[in-house]
Amino acid sequence: MRRRLAGISLLGVLTLTAAACGSGGDPQPADGPVTITMWTRAATQAQSERLVEAYNSSHENQVKLTVIPTDNYQPRIAAAAGARQLPDVFAADVIFVPNYTSQGLFMDITDRIAALPFKDGLAPSHMKLGTLDGRQYTLPHTLDLSLWFWNKDLYEQAGLDPEQGPKTLREFAEHATTIQEKLGADGKVHGTFFGGNCGGCYVFTFWPSVWAAGGQVMNADGTASLNDQPAMLEVFKIWRELYENEVTGPTAREEQGPTWTGFFPKGEIGVMPMPSTMLGLMPQDMEIGVTPIAGPDGGESTFVGGDSIGISATTQNAEAAWEFLSWTVSDEAQVEVMAKNKDVVARTDLAGNKYAAEDPRVVLMNEMVGKGQTPYALRFGQTFNDPQGPWLRLAREAMFGDVSKVPQLNADVTESLQQ
Amino acid sequence: MTVTSRKVQGWLYAAPTAVIVGALFLAPLVLVVWMSLNRWPLLGPAVLNAPENYLDIAGNTLFVDAVFFTLKYTAITTVLLSLVALGLALLVQERRPGVGFFRTAFFLPGAVGFAAAGLLFYGMLNNDFGPIDPMLQALGITDEPVRWIGTPNMALFSTITLVLWRFAGFNMLILLTGLQAIPAEVYEAARSDGANRWQILTRITLPLLRPTLALMLILSVTGSLLAFDQFFVFTNGGPDNSTVSMVMVIYREAFFRFDLGGAAALSVVLLVVLVAINTLMLRRLR
Repeated sequence: MRRRLAGISLLGVLTLTAAACGSGGDPQPADGPVTITMWTRAATQAQSERLVEAYNSSHENQVKLTVIPTDNYQPRIAAAAGARQLPDVFAADVIFVPNYTSQGLFMDITDRIAALPFKDGLAPSHMKLGTLDGRQYTLPHTLDLSLWFWNKDLYEQAGLDPEQGPKTLREFAEHATTIQEKLGADGKVHGTFFGGNCGGCYVFTFWPSVWAAGGQVMNADGTASLNDQPAMLEVFKIWRELYENEVTGPTAREEQGPTWTGFFPKGEIGVMPMPSTMLGLMPQDMEIGVTPIAGPDGGESTFVGGDSIGISATTQNAEAAWEFLSWTVSDEAQVEVMAKNKDVVARTDLAGNKYAAEDPRVVLMNEMVGKGQTPYALRFGQTFNDPQGPWLRLAREAMFGDVSKVPQLNADVTESLQQ
Repeated sequence: MTVTSRKVQGWLYAAPTAVIVGALFLAPLVLVVWMSLNRWPLLGPAVLNAPENYLDIAGNTLFVDAVFFTLKYTAITTVLLSLVALGLALLVQERRPGVGFFRTAFFLPGAVGFAAAGLLFYGMLNNDFGPIDPMLQALGITDEPVRWIGTPNMALFSTITLVLWRFAGFNMLILLTGLQAIPAEVYEAARSDGANRWQILTRITLPLLRPTLALMLILSVTGSLLAFDQFFVFTNGGPDNSTVSMVMVIYREAFFRFDLGGAAALSVVLLVVLVAINTLMLRRLR
């Protein structure tokens, strides 16, 4: 009996050892259709899903897409990279790309990009952030621009001209205040909204006003913060007044990001900054005006955000992955998938495509790609997006707290950028 | 059977456990300590830089603040949790009609995943769509929406409520097993000696419950010092970094700043503190 028990124990040990050693996936067959894995973040889920669906229905190779909540995307990529379990291709918020390339997460695709006939038309800001030491690692995947959306029905009800959006940030504030005063009595409609506890929301929606006024938020190297300069402070001041006068939705101060775009489509907000990718997702019967973000006294700019996509450094399916990637920026995918759905195209040479021409708002968005900016910083995510990072403290102090603390907090932002 | 073969047999009996402990506990532990001595990138080779990761901790103000916050949270949670769990256990201690229903009802929140519970509270207390604010206003208790996670104190209060709701039933169950292990004769003897309810609680129940209380305290203190889910899901560390726990800082170092070596060093420090606190508590409560 004892011997038998001992035998069973040994067997258990061996099984465990075998299980521990038997790691690793099953390799793809050398020929025949290949299924590659792809990750994307929820913020640009709709665009990725449409591209993958169109690709899968017209190609032998298949793409299996996994969508990850936006807030958890960076940690998931980091955990997967540490465990050498990155998917074959993954999209990433374009502002995180410099950090990812410096960490060696993407495969060098310089030569493959050079062979593309339309390489010069690829969205310049995305291509710039995907380049490290002269080598290229990513292609533009989706373009997401920040623009002011206004609700024409609410404008009309409030006695504003529904065909005329704001041309300056001050005018934006006036419009929002009018809507709040005329329609906000029962608490269902609000003048405007912003993500007050969301670092990424602030940079996406406030910074374009600084650029429009000719200011800057960082130096060119992304190593010094200029967010204590008058250009930024003036923008904070105008928004702060809107909050203090209760022109913004009541939860703006607590909004952590996941739901900041959710109120406008419900017809509850008069005018607010929104991502261009939301235009195709708006209710069909809603009349929406779109205009570039302006500075306090005019000008126009936008945050050219969105996603870039690259092949992971650890993939075993580089050929199939490139086949998919190069297809996503082809005429077919860009016009028949992206432009058809009112999305901004990833190639400047396709800006005047047949679908864009049908909707002047899309033409405007495509034009803004060349006028807007994508800030570059190696330590962007941990400085500006991380809820525990220094930027969110600065922004919240400037909006809800003690403005005199901003210079010190700005020094913290710079320190974080230089780490 | 010879002595040698008995020895071999003994080793074989212990082997499965030894392998599991070795593979799942010792190996990761050694790896974490090794990582904490290196600059450890996501991909690519590590570079030895000891003791830099440990020296950096002192300058990490977020972590220093998190230590104080986590200790404060642990103290409040442990005291409240013990009181509520003990109260509930005393309520449902005796077998009476209907007591099974209450035991189940008190324990049920423990069956909800902790992250799911955090999300549930986030939804319930949300100022836009949560049902709690309209209910309080309809009952005339509040005039306007309460900023449940909008101020540091309210965020801590709301989180502790969540933790009490989630864990009081489980701790009640632990205490209940201890209460039922106290022989009925002891109570009878006390009563016949003329002891009142208060005297029975303080002189009989609590002293005899000591080992069970010790177990509950250790579980509660350890769990609270390792707090993560509730703050990560419910408050996201806010507002203004007022609810950042130690494990959240470790998570940030590793997965937002990609500083795996620094995160490992913080983990080692936390481990040492945990071992020290538990040793102290075991000595005092045994």
